[in-house]
Amino acid sequence: MTLKVLDLGVSRGGVPVLEGVNFAVDPGEAIVLTGPNGVGKTTLLRTLAGLQPAYGGKIVVPDPEAMTYAAHADGIKAVLSVAENLMFWAKIHGTDGIDGALEAFNLRDLADRPAGSLSAGQKRRLGLARLSVTGRPIWLLDEPTVSLDKASVTLFGDVMRAHLAQGGSAVIASHIDMGLEVRVIDLTPYRARAKVSRDYDEAFL
Amino acid sequence: MIAILTRDIRLAVRAGGGFGLGLAFFLIVVVLVPFAVGPEVRLLSTIAPGILWIGALLACLLSLDRIFALDREDGSLDLLATSPVPLEGVVAMKALAHWITTGLPLVVAAPVLGVLMSLPVEGFRWLVISLAVGTPALSTIGAFGAALTVGIKRGGLLLSLLVLPLYVPTLIFGAEVARAGATGLDVETPLVLLGAVTCVTVALLPFASAAVLRMNLR
Amino acid sequence: MASIWEYANPKKFTRTVDVLLPPVAVLAVLALVTGLVWGFFFTPDDYKQGSTVKIIYLHVPSALLAINAWLMMLVASLIWLIRRHHVSALAARAAAPVGAVMTVIALVTGAIWGQPMWGTWWAWDPRLTSFLILFLFYLGYIALWSAIENDDTAADLTSVLCLVGSVFAILSRYAVNFWNQGLHQGASLSLDKEENVADVFYFPLLVCIGGFVLLFVALVLLRTRTEIRARRTRALLARERMT
Repeated sequence: MTLKVLDLGVSRGGVPVLEGVNFAVDPGEAIVLTGPNGVGKTTLLRTLAGLQPAYGGKIVVPDPEAMTYAAHADGIKAVLSVAENLMFWAKIHGTDGIDGALEAFNLRDLADRPAGSLSAGQKRRLGLARLSVTGRPIWLLDEPTVSLDKASVTLFGDVMRAHLAQGGSAVIASHIDMGLEVRVIDLTPYRARAKVSRDYDEAFL
Repeated sequence: MIAILTRDIRLAVRAGGGFGLGLAFFLIVVVLVPFAVGPEVRLLSTIAPGILWIGALLACLLSLDRIFALDREDGSLDLLATSPVPLEGVVAMKALAHWITTGLPLVVAAPVLGVLMSLPVEGFRWLVISLAVGTPALSTIGAFGAALTVGIKRGGLLLSLLVLPLYVPTLIFGAEVARAGATGLDVETPLVLLGAVTCVTVALLPFASAAVLRMNLR
Repeated sequence: MASIWEYANPKKFTRTVDVLLPPVAVLAVLALVTGLVWGFFFTPDDYKQGSTVKIIYLHVPSALLAINAWLMMLVASLIWLIRRHHVSALAARAAAPVGAVMTVIALVTGAIWGQPMWGTWWAWDPRLTSFLILFLFYLGYIALWSAIENDDTAADLTSVLCLVGSVFAILSRYAVNFWNQGLHQGASLSLDKEENVADVFYFPLLVCIGGFVLLFVALVLLRTRTEIRARRTRALLARERMT
């Protein structure tokens, strides 16, 4: 499962933010996207996930259902227990068993707690555990380590390593080193330049 | 797909406010009417089918904005949109969950409120049937309105403005069934038309709702 | 031969509007003044209805346009959804308030006409009721446009609303017909223009309808041009903030 991005352009709110982005992610490889705030990391990830259309270029992937996306919002329901939350996503993705994910993210003791009573870091771990139960090979992660403590970051690093070892891959927007072998892509050079044009169509991207 | 249904019902039951609120609202509307128009039995029994239908419609409206707004806030909607379940299925299941938590209790409670409104005896059966046939359309149309307004903060009022005109055909045929039933007239024609409106709505509108959701997620 | 889609280019469209707008506006005013003066002062009173019949010169054209404006919005929405021409979406947006005002004019003139004729300002006649519902649809459409910040999303959502709304508007029309017939024999508008309107009324009416159509076209062109300019201003501002 290789994800290829060819000359991709993405826009936010009708304004182009990135253009000419090119990269490929092979199985077992992780890519970290960097760049200043507002450069378009989240927009790029959302475009890759298929949540918004690209305005130029192509995303080539053998199976569009190979990707799964994790954003700032974890999609956690406060009134459901940790296990119920995970179970829901497992059922949606037609995978069975949440035990592995609970184990890997050290959530076993919390399994029956309502998710609303978790701390921010614990919630984040639950959100990341969802990735494991989707059973999808390409992970698109937006700042996955936000609000995680050091131990949890290490934990997540282990999960990532296992995922990559199994032939999975990941595109991560992050500034924090997770102790992984990664390729870093700085998005700053791909910033869309403001074209000065007198053509009215310019305003209608 | 069933997972979405069970999750939404579970959420509605546990979070409170979802399950009983519509029902309580229905009760209050119906109780307030006699205060406004007077306790005269003849008048009440004449307007009973209409009032019960209006009450059910407003109670339905009350919980519509919860269908997608909460999932949008906590990010579930993004994750559902990238999941293997087609968004059309998500919409249909969510509308069904809304109907089970809001429409179905209204159908069950309607006869009790019919007593309060001095509904003629022969009208009870048709009131329940008309609500049972009509409320699924209310939930599906409501889900469309909720999908339209999911990106708007405090979109509740706008949601009502968009959805209420779309409720007109269902309300007309539904109330007509209940009224004709209460006065012993022919109920067949309006009932068939009500059923037709519901069938078309339930079959087609989820596609429009899913399209609208995709536009909103961009 | 030049394709009609060329005019979907906002720049070309604005330039065309610059040329077209003055003559269309002048023609609209001329036709309206001619039609209304002719109709009000140079036609005889109806033998049954007296001078009240003359409100027909406002009522019929506005009612016609109220429906056709929605139809135009429907076509424009379809063009936007299928071919994604921005001018089309903006034209639909521009037509909505005009259509809504036409609906109000039709309703108000109808009420003023109905008062002496039927003895009541308002009756739940199927036609009147349908127009009231149409007005609600216009309100919802306009409200949705103004509630959404992103222009393209707003165009998308309102287009779908217009499509779905059209289906439900037709459904409501039949439902309303059914409903009132079921209740009582409604006071229906018996003044069908093909049958009842004599030639003396017919020709000024045609001129008035023409005037209203021209007025509608002029207003929509003007408003679409304004929308395009506003849109461009916003896009330029957004760009400036970015760089």
